Amino acid sequence: MGDSRDALKVRRALEARKLELPFLETDLPMNLDLSRRDILKIAGYGSLAAFIAACGGSNPSTGGSTTGGTLSLGSYNSDPTNKAGTQAIVDAFTAANGGTKVTINTVSHNTFQDTINAYLQGTPEDVFTWFSGHRMPFFADKGLCSPIDDVWDKVKSNYTDAFATAVKGNDGHVYAVPTDYYPWAVFYRKDVFAAKGYTVPANWDDFKALCAKMKTDGLAPIAMGQSDGWPAQGTFDILNLRLNGYDFHTRLLTGQEKWTDSKVTTVFNKWKEITQYYSAAPNGTTWQQAADKLLRKQAGMYVLGLFVSDEFKASGSPVDVDQLDFFPFPNLGTSFDAEKALDAPIDVYMMSKKSPTLSKDRGQAAAFLEFVAKGTTQGIFFKSAPGFIPTANDADTSTYTPLQKKAQQIVSSAGKITQYFDRDSRPDFAGANGMQSFLKQFIASPQADTTGLQGKMQQFWDSLPAEK
Amino acid sequence: MSTISVAGRSLKARPLLPRRIRPARLALHAFLIAAVLLWLFPLLWAVYASLRPVSETIFNGYVSWPKTLNFDNYTTVWTQADLPYFYLNTLVIVVPAVILTLLLASMVAFCCTQFSWKFNLVVLMLFTAGNLLPPQVIIVPLYWIYLHTPIASFGSIDVGRFSFALFSDNGLLYNQYLGIILIHVVFQTGFATFVLSNYMKTITKEITESALVDGANVLRIWWSVILPLCRPALAAMATLLFTFIYNDFFWGLLLLKTGDRRPITSALNDLQGQFFTNNNLLAAGALLAAIPPIIIFIALQKHFVAGLTLGSTKG
Amino acid sequence: MANPATSAAAPARASKAPEAGELVATRRRRRYSLLTRPDKILIALMVGIPLALDILFIWGPTVASVLLSFTDWAGIGDVTPQNVVGLKNYTTLFTGYAFFWPAFQHNLIWLAFLSFIATPLGMFLAVLLDRELRGKRIYQSIFFLPVVLPLVVVGFIWTLQYAPSDGFINNAFGLVKSGNIIDWFGNPSINLYAVLFATSWRHIGYIMVLYLAGLKSVDPSLREAAKVDGATEVQTFFNVVLPVMAPINVIIVVVTAIEALRAFDLAFIINRGTNGLELLSILITNNSISEASLIGFGSAIAVVLLVISLVPIVLFLSRTMRSQA
Repeated sequence: MGDSRDALKVRRALEARKLELPFLETDLPMNLDLSRRDILKIAGYGSLAAFIAACGGSNPSTGGSTTGGTLSLGSYNSDPTNKAGTQAIVDAFTAANGGTKVTINTVSHNTFQDTINAYLQGTPEDVFTWFSGHRMPFFADKGLCSPIDDVWDKVKSNYTDAFATAVKGNDGHVYAVPTDYYPWAVFYRKDVFAAKGYTVPANWDDFKALCAKMKTDGLAPIAMGQSDGWPAQGTFDILNLRLNGYDFHTRLLTGQEKWTDSKVTTVFNKWKEITQYYSAAPNGTTWQQAADKLLRKQAGMYVLGLFVSDEFKASGSPVDVDQLDFFPFPNLGTSFDAEKALDAPIDVYMMSKKSPTLSKDRGQAAAFLEFVAKGTTQGIFFKSAPGFIPTANDADTSTYTPLQKKAQQIVSSAGKITQYFDRDSRPDFAGANGMQSFLKQFIASPQADTTGLQGKMQQFWDSLPAEK
Repeated sequence: MSTISVAGRSLKARPLLPRRIRPARLALHAFLIAAVLLWLFPLLWAVYASLRPVSETIFNGYVSWPKTLNFDNYTTVWTQADLPYFYLNTLVIVVPAVILTLLLASMVAFCCTQFSWKFNLVVLMLFTAGNLLPPQVIIVPLYWIYLHTPIASFGSIDVGRFSFALFSDNGLLYNQYLGIILIHVVFQTGFATFVLSNYMKTITKEITESALVDGANVLRIWWSVILPLCRPALAAMATLLFTFIYNDFFWGLLLLKTGDRRPITSALNDLQGQFFTNNNLLAAGALLAAIPPIIIFIALQKHFVAGLTLGSTKG
Repeated sequence: MANPATSAAAPARASKAPEAGELVATRRRRRYSLLTRPDKILIALMVGIPLALDILFIWGPTVASVLLSFTDWAGIGDVTPQNVVGLKNYTTLFTGYAFFWPAFQHNLIWLAFLSFIATPLGMFLAVLLDRELRGKRIYQSIFFLPVVLPLVVVGFIWTLQYAPSDGFINNAFGLVKSGNIIDWFGNPSINLYAVLFATSWRHIGYIMVLYLAGLKSVDPSLREAAKVDGATEVQTFFNVVLPVMAPINVIIVVVTAIEALRAFDLAFIINRGTNGLELLSILITNNSISEASLIGFGSAIAVVLLVISLVPIVLFLSRTMRSQA
């Protein structure tokens, strides 16, 4: 780094050549006339600034105020209804928290999920949306999110024990605040059942008989859209829970049991008994197309989550929306039926660790997390996005439709709740070129012997590096 | 029929034939028209779907007669996906990227073709091969670079929610306009260098020579002598680069975190919900997004055709 | 074309220390340098800055990817020596990963389809349009239109055609009514071809325009001479035009190969590259750029793809270097 005298020398040399440089008439920014003193000054200010920033403190617990100020929120609620719901929550928070200015960064759900690793390590927002399951404690272990035991202490009375287990990391600290969930069940249309004289099956044999009856009546008994890869996992989950129990299921999904186990074979064998009743071309049909079949009375039943009501609502016909109903997956006659286990994925809010603004926003972030734990707040979101049931005990259930009440009841009476296959297991195992593909192979030729397929699943699991 | 060479162009002595419609020509037109209809059909069917409300297609499917046809999807997506903002946002990324790419590529092409020096061809090879690599090969380390390269901050241009940082508002390349423009420039410079260098090879070195003898320096020769000669090539490359960068989906999705900074193609992605997607709405949005490249292409068609193959036979 | 005097002087010049900007006058005068020191600095900058950017942002990451492929790094935290696993990723890839060989196979099928069906069709259209034709501009525009469309709409366009119960094809041919639905996207034996057909929709237009411009640069006197000799159009094309178009043909071949190896877009949008639509670039994406982020493993796949891509690149570049010599 020379000083400005060198720059002048070059300039004089250029001028000596007497060249017209019309486009270079304005000084290029490289011509910084910095003297040695200038540089010292800059260095001095720079280190002063660094000193002040360091004094600002990065100790999260001394964040200062909790009202007013700013807050940043990273959200994957990109559906128009969810987005509106999130905005409503934020507006309510701003009003209730002394005018906190909240910036929301909304990104599509799948993109958010795919880029979560880079997101949390880069420049995440102070607070972000996520879901319960396998990955949350993993992020906690890696130091990518902040423990919020102080928040949880204030709000835990508003939650049942089932939710309490869903928020803890491996170290016992709390990292998330649950806000909503949706159950998986068997959906059907009330009017179709009434018109054809069907009754809700309570056990497996009744279920199969119902399917056979629907087939002769010209319906596709069970709608299936496995093009997206994940829907069939719901059926696997519930069959495994009923046949082999919650413990085996969670151990299987975390690699502590083998996929080649005969218990897994029984699941597939049971599954084979109903695959003949699936709607046509399941691997080429998306979940939305399959839901359309239910809506159009072309299919009789659909194993899916409560969000199927979104498709019904998009049809713009309240009459049809009212006809949507569900029943819990029938009992399979094992001792595990009593667990009444089901998939009910829970959405949460978490606090990041590496947000550049967290040190000053920590108070507001904690206040926000407390705010979304309230029943009234969750009700605000629920108004825009009725497919997502609030988790708080004090949520106002009087405005719930019969369907939503039923959804809440089935979850609160469940003995065991799972988070869905791809959230309870490693994402690389459960993802597109993983279990999704294997299940597609199963659906493509369901009557084939699954021993080879199960072997492939286990081999795939074994090939994955340890999650360290 | 004789051919005469005059100033490098062949002139044909052409007898005047009466214009009659030959059956072969009719058959050709018939074939082409059939092909064109086949070509357009999928696109027109999507336009049809975008004109229908999703409530209707959910009930009746897409292969059905319309009960209502309207532009509701278009008006909705215009506001819901905030298209005007994202058009502007995309232009802020595409236009500087195109200009910078052309500047850099023409500089490299100029130096490598008008002067001979040792590593001439190696440099050209590096640039060309760089563009031929699939982007997935480099994305992960590039992430890391973007998260770890310190960039100074000199403030930003803020207009409403549009915030163009000069040059970074988080001290990194990640999630900055600079970052996304930079990767486009670097990625496309290879292709552009290759094309422009082939074109410049046709400019004889004597021109450069005589300019040097006159006392001009190389920068001046590049700017005032060579670039004007390359104007058709530059125009063609500009249209090509516009299309490629505008339609980019990948970089914008991965190197920009804030939804507001993403280009329009990535922003359309956000219309998809966690589960539910209104496909008719998405189609309307995508068709609207497709308009600028279509306009550019149609308007500059002859340059386009010239552009893609500059770099092949010349003389 | 290359100056014969310059190329003849090349061997003689090689013995002398090379100087930037050395010019040899065509009449073999004494060599002299017209470039001043500042000029040389400027040239160094004009090449150096883009080159530095290229190396930093393209080649650096490429080398880093190669190095990462020998680790099992999962994208979080730093790469530690414990992450290094040597060739484990590669052995898993070639022997234990159920999706690699299908993907490889699919890329080859993609290459064959593009090379023998799509690209020749593009060339055929170009030849058809390479004449005085009313409405030629319109034809050209329409055939090229799919290239200009953004990917999101192309995915939807083809879903509308191929969906099992709601798609145009199954309905138009009465397959839905008769109950003989063809699962275009879901049947692994045919979905690759369905996607290839859709990809050709774009590919043909691109090739057509490439070839058309190339045809335009063919000297008409050659065609005239062939006509005088009594050749038919087909004979003229294969015996006269095609050989002259050799450099263009190389471009077409390499572009086709690269498109086949880089194939990603449509298969990803339809079902994320599963169930018969596995492709190498999608495997990389699903491993590296996903919630799981198996970066080491994804990099190994990327290296394989890189090596496969280098073959056409090297072919192409050695060809162009030869033509420049």
